Amino acid sequence: MTVDTSKVADSNTTAATLKKPGKAGAVATWADDRLGLGTAMKKNLRKVFPDHWSFMLGEIALWSFVVLLLSGVFLTLWYVPSMGEVEYQGSYDPMRGVEMSEALSSTLRLSFDVRGGLLMRQMHHWAAMIFIAAMMIHMLRVYFTGAFRKPRELNWVIGVLLLFLGTLEGFTGYSLPDDLLSGTGIRAADGFLKATPVVGSYMSFFLFGGEFPGESIIPRLYIVHVLLIPGLLLGLIAAHMLLLVYHKHTQWPGPGRTEQNVVGYPMLPVYAAKAGGFFFIVFGICAVMGGLLTINPVWKYGPYDPTKVTAGSQPDWYMGWPDGLLRIIPGWESVIGGYTISWNVMIPILIMPPLMLMIVLLLPFIEGWITKDKRDHHLLQRPRDHPTRTALMVSLMTFYGLAWAAGGNDIIAIKLHLSINQITYFMRVMIFLGPLIAFIITRRWCISLQRHDKDKLLHGYETGVIMRSPEGGYSERHLPISSTEAYRLTARDRDEVFTADPDRVDANGVAAPGGRLDGVRAKLSTLMFADNVQKPTAAELEEARHHAEHEHALTASLDGHAADGHQFDGHQSIEGKPLRGDH
Amino acid sequence: MTQLDKHPGGEPVHGEGDGHDSHLPVADEPIANPGLPEHTWRPTDVDEDAAKRAERQVSTLFGLSAVFTVLFVVAYFAIEIGDSWDTFGGLGASTLALGMCLGIALILIGVGIIQWARKLMADHEIVEMRHPSRSSDEDRAATVEALNTGLEESGIARRPLIRRSLLGAVAILPLPAVIMLRDLGPTPGQVANAEEGTGLEHTLWGVRPEVRVVRDVIGTPIRPTDIEVGDLVNGIPDGLLDLEGVELQVAKAKAAVILVKMEPDDIKSSQGEDWIVDGVLCFSKICSHVGCPISLYERTTHHVLCPCHQSTFDLSDSAKVIFGPAGRPLPQLPLKLDDAGYLVAQSDFQQPVGPSYWSREK
Repeated sequence: MTVDTSKVADSNTTAATLKKPGKAGAVATWADDRLGLGTAMKKNLRKVFPDHWSFMLGEIALWSFVVLLLSGVFLTLWYVPSMGEVEYQGSYDPMRGVEMSEALSSTLRLSFDVRGGLLMRQMHHWAAMIFIAAMMIHMLRVYFTGAFRKPRELNWVIGVLLLFLGTLEGFTGYSLPDDLLSGTGIRAADGFLKATPVVGSYMSFFLFGGEFPGESIIPRLYIVHVLLIPGLLLGLIAAHMLLLVYHKHTQWPGPGRTEQNVVGYPMLPVYAAKAGGFFFIVFGICAVMGGLLTINPVWKYGPYDPTKVTAGSQPDWYMGWPDGLLRIIPGWESVIGGYTISWNVMIPILIMPPLMLMIVLLLPFIEGWITKDKRDHHLLQRPRDHPTRTALMVSLMTFYGLAWAAGGNDIIAIKLHLSINQITYFMRVMIFLGPLIAFIITRRWCISLQRHDKDKLLHGYETGVIMRSPEGGYSERHLPISSTEAYRLTARDRDEVFTADPDRVDANGVAAPGGRLDGVRAKLSTLMFADNVQKPTAAELEEARHHAEHEHALTASLDGHAADGHQFDGHQSIEGKPLRGDH
Repeated sequence: MTQLDKHPGGEPVHGEGDGHDSHLPVADEPIANPGLPEHTWRPTDVDEDAAKRAERQVSTLFGLSAVFTVLFVVAYFAIEIGDSWDTFGGLGASTLALGMCLGIALILIGVGIIQWARKLMADHEIVEMRHPSRSSDEDRAATVEALNTGLEESGIARRPLIRRSLLGAVAILPLPAVIMLRDLGPTPGQVANAEEGTGLEHTLWGVRPEVRVVRDVIGTPIRPTDIEVGDLVNGIPDGLLDLEGVELQVAKAKAAVILVKMEPDDIKSSQGEDWIVDGVLCFSKICSHVGCPISLYERTTHHVLCPCHQSTFDLSDSAKVIFGPAGRPLPQLPLKLDDAGYLVAQSDFQQPVGPSYWSREK
């Protein structure tokens, strides 16, 4: 290092020296005298967070939730959660004189007669979309990199609950304006409740305070939306963050980054600045979107009327996949012992979403059970290094995506000039086949990428330089990859297939409990890791290096003359340059 | 931390007999951990001018942000709202200006802070050691000890009578919380009243004999000759429009019907004998799937489609489901003519309208 760095004063490697406390110190002393925060803060103020772009996804979710809280409070100052009927007399001309609920009337007032009201409404709605989308993508990141493994399984569970509650929060929120579109959604929800066996019609009557639509649903959804679910979300987010701090963030393996350490920048000042700055950016983007992009123009839909509906009625996107299942399910309904069972509603709405929730909740525990891996894991895995896991999630994503697309089958039919019936039949088949195909393709794809990694390690990277041997054969020149890159590729565990020990007995010679399950576990474990490519051993790597040196010796005479293609492209003079082989 | 053995930096913690072979040497790491790369200095670390430049950039961003905040305040007071809700490309001038000013003011602060962090704050990576999530063996032992002592002193293990009666009492304690929700609404049975057309099984069509079918919105009665073959007319029971507010919505949500007229030869079947008057058929408008109002009618095929989930019903064939998720035909309303020649209902629907429910057939 030739540059003079002695003048760099703000290096954080210099040891802290006891100085006279400044202003911040005085405040800290005052607070510590009363709260005793010093002990906890000693470690946490300079807590280390590793850097990677994908760690920002959860942050987007967190900050959009803050935007939701702020904009939501503003909305409550004008919104009236009442289904009492009034005649609209506000600024929006096309609706003037129309009978509507106070909920819609106050929403229109917010949109047209309160300055910044429409901005806040649209910011709130966009932030909600970003919140849920960011949670989903963050969840995929955590799953694909194996960040859910011990000791973080419970934080995974909290995260999944957050996503579930966020979705419910979204549904209750977009139902509040009591417009035609959201009313249609509530009507469908009434149908869902009624399809519940035994207690369905009672549940519907209790929720709506009598017959649909009644006049209770909006105030009830309101309190669920502004108090109950946000309270739960806040508590779970706090727990999510606390666990994150306690476990310390996962990191990608790399030079100097191990299972025992965490390498990165300190919370104060770098991460406080980066995360704090990022909050302003997320907030700002929500504001720009709220100003520029119209969302949920309830004034175009008008008040709810149970005899009216618009073509292309769809819920917000995150509710789209159960709606898609509801569209492609055949009209199955059975009457057993005089009682009606509506499979055509129960399967898509009452069975599949809770089942999906359970599957996603249990993913860490299923994998943990199969591998019986009890170690703590803090280093992330690349998706390709766990092909079965990656393929499983891609398969779930494919199911989700197909169901979601089916939720827009009418729009697809119109835009692509297709038959809605054919789209529906296609989806009925693909919802089963698609995930299967996606699983197989993803798994093989990952394994191919693993092979590629191993090739790079053993034989180097492809230079694109084609060599011709004296015999006239052509081959591509490979060069060794950098040692950092090589280390990164090998910094992963070898897969350990679980093997059941059939002779396992306890001290008294009795077969140990769980022996039969161990057999199942061993089979699943074998299937899970089948065909995975392991990183090369030291011996293999040594041999490959040896081989490469030998090759190198053979082709050394050509070195220095290798054509990179530019010699002869006319951009430089070739006068006096020896042609390859001219030696 | 430079030396790595076994798996990347980890001492594998194996439980006993957990199936992982911990006897074989795993220590076959092909490449040793080269350790943290050396720190490289940024231009702003070594060049005072670059640092000054970065400082100016950051403060310019902050300053610009303040300008946009002022512009926000100006826009708030200067731009009228109300009538000007679609000034620019369908966007309100006020909303647009406020959103852009607020957004840019916020983004500039965010970008400024991040620029500050990237260019000027110390960028040495720090290594912090992890500690196992579990507590130490001593802490565990002490906790278990304390737990056992506490349990022992309470005598909960020795006094099953107390234990069981407490469990029983606590187990039924949620009952008040559940039964207190009882008054959220009446039961379907309490609401059911044929004379008022309330409840799941009754509509306004049954409140008196010969309820006229009138046009939706305007409420005029209909003669069969008023409808052309191929027409679809939205109908409601006479008297519905006298209702207001919640009663109106509840009644409408069940009683809405569609009237269609077709050539008598086209009618393949009907849900009842003599329910059709001069080729005019009347069906519930509420989809039997989850209750959307069906509305898209194809006059040549007599198919009607629900726009929510695309259930398709053949009105010429007893409104049978020919496509989509609905499980049952749309209920048909028996029609006849009254003395004045207007279409009236012979009776209420013969089955509940709308989505299915458990005791629908009872």
